[in-house]
Amino acid sequence: MSQFVLAVDDLVKHFVAKRSAFGRSLATVKAVDGVSFTLRPGETLALVGESGCGKSTVGRLVMRLIEPTAGRIVLDGEDVTALGETAFRPFRRKVQLIFQDPFASLNPRMTVGEILSEPLMLHDIVPARERRRRVGELLQMVGLQPSHAARYPHEFSGGQRQRIVIARALAVEPRIVICDEPVSALDVSIRAQILNLLKELQARLGLAYVFISHDLSVVKHIADRIAVMYLGRIVETGRADEVFATPRHPYTRALLSAIPVASPEARRERRILEGDVPSPLDPPPGCHLHTRCPYAAEICQTQRPALDDDGAGHATACHFWPTLPEQRDILPAEGKIDPRLERLFGAFAGTEA
Amino acid sequence: MNQRAQSQPTPPGLLARAWDSDFLWSFRHSPVAILSSLVALTLIAAAVLAPVIAPQNPFDPAQLDLMDGLTPPMTPNEVTGRTFLLGTDPQGRDMYSAILYGARISLLVGFASVVFSMVVGITLGLAAGYLGGRVEALIMRIADIQLSFPAILVALLVFGIFRGVVPPAQQEAATLWVLILAIGLSNWAQYARTVRATTMVEKSKVYVDAARLIGLKPFVVMIKHVLPNVMGPVLVIATINLALAIIEEATLSFLGVGMPPTQPSLGTLIRIGQQFLFSGEWWILFSPGLALVLLALSINLLGDWLRDVLNPRLR
Repeated sequence: MSQFVLAVDDLVKHFVAKRSAFGRSLATVKAVDGVSFTLRPGETLALVGESGCGKSTVGRLVMRLIEPTAGRIVLDGEDVTALGETAFRPFRRKVQLIFQDPFASLNPRMTVGEILSEPLMLHDIVPARERRRRVGELLQMVGLQPSHAARYPHEFSGGQRQRIVIARALAVEPRIVICDEPVSALDVSIRAQILNLLKELQARLGLAYVFISHDLSVVKHIADRIAVMYLGRIVETGRADEVFATPRHPYTRALLSAIPVASPEARRERRILEGDVPSPLDPPPGCHLHTRCPYAAEICQTQRPALDDDGAGHATACHFWPTLPEQRDILPAEGKIDPRLERLFGAFAGTEA
Repeated sequence: MNQRAQSQPTPPGLLARAWDSDFLWSFRHSPVAILSSLVALTLIAAAVLAPVIAPQNPFDPAQLDLMDGLTPPMTPNEVTGRTFLLGTDPQGRDMYSAILYGARISLLVGFASVVFSMVVGITLGLAAGYLGGRVEALIMRIADIQLSFPAILVALLVFGIFRGVVPPAQQEAATLWVLILAIGLSNWAQYARTVRATTMVEKSKVYVDAARLIGLKPFVVMIKHVLPNVMGPVLVIATINLALAIIEEATLSFLGVGMPPTQPSLGTLIRIGQQFLFSGEWWILFSPGLALVLLALSINLLGDWLRDVLNPRLR
């Protein structure tokens, strides 16, 4: 197990949505319904899915902000699922979280210096007299000035605030950083900067990322592996390039075909799912997708498909994935994209894609 | 400060930054705020400096001359020939001095009871909002019950218990503290409610999660991260409640359960003066009444201004 910095095994989280007058639960939402994944050192695993599929809940469960209903979380070879708040505290140094909204995740009444020294102080990472210097280093690491430590969060822009949030996460020198939609609250022109910063920090510090996002074009940029979630379950997981090139699950295909492409002439098959996401209060039995899947058969309505690994690490939770028609041109090949348009997009995004 | 700080361009001084802050800007541009704070500060300064500026000590019977009794303001006494700025009461007590000393007691009771109810209210409200569940239900139900009684009734109740428990010989000395306790206990629920509501809002903000994530204990998160962010509304209530507490003290003293006539507060003076209103000695009621109104009004206006400044929706 120790080859993984993080292993999540059959994680389940049920939220009580309605209680009787006596406090017994009448309805539960299965926000996370048997999710398993592993994370190697220095690797980026992307959790993708539309809003409400439970991807953020997975992040909060791993961080122990909420308690799992069932399942195991193994951090650095140690099972931490049963640890209480106090016993878990040392593990907080190993795993940190970057929040989506940089405007809400910094205490408005503390200076940046105070915000960054707090974890240093708490975990006694550097001696008191060196704390100031370390705060300056952290700020420089994320591309800010040491002098910014005296300022308050409201004096910064969204992108700068997200840099501060990243610096705070890095202050405890973690091995794993869970990025919960770290760029979706940011201006498009800033996103690429933050993504590149995350990549650069990963290379420098050997961080492993769990990258939670609904934005596939961002994920494509940063992920080594990818896990696609739908209604609390992982439906497909594998190496990012493989999943993007040969998506097998009907849901993944639909998701990928929704990525906008910088080429008006690109011929692609759009796979648009019909209907809405079913209510997580009452998800359909069997395969959650059967109400919307064009390939659904009888077995899909009764039996939950297992996550079926093809032996090379690409797993799909679909009864029929080996027999589904192949689909390779969901994303047009790189060459097909008009180079001028690509340059225009590049100018806006500032990426090297 | 080390060299790094010196190498940076020197930031404007603390005073200059404070002068430029939104808070003081709005103060400088509000005539009501300036005027009322001037009035309040003058009254507070006069009360604090009473032993220095008052012509006599109205609590010291040896300094009083019964022959001076019921002298009208600014007119020489017919027997002794002495003149008093605001006249005298039946015991020959100089009203001006009595008002200064009375305002001292009123302000002391007001401030102390506000601090007392603030401490109780903030502690309970923070606990209710942050812990939730049964603790919250218990605290808030007690607050609800408390709020369904008029504050003055709660204070009277505390006083009644005090009269029944403490032997009469010690009552006079303890009255001041019982007043503070009684008024404080009748007002904590408001703080608890506000703090609980604000805590629940702040608690759900991500920075509180962030503080938990780095491993801070819940108690530390509560004190260090949540508390500073709920203090804004609390300060507004505290200012307005200061005026209310002063009036409540006056009411209690007026009803005869507050400060005794030997150590009169503004309320006690009004009670004494009220007996002479229809016999022509109007000044005994008038000047302490005016002082009370000025004090309460200026503090109230300051509180209103503070509420407007700190209310993000009105910005």
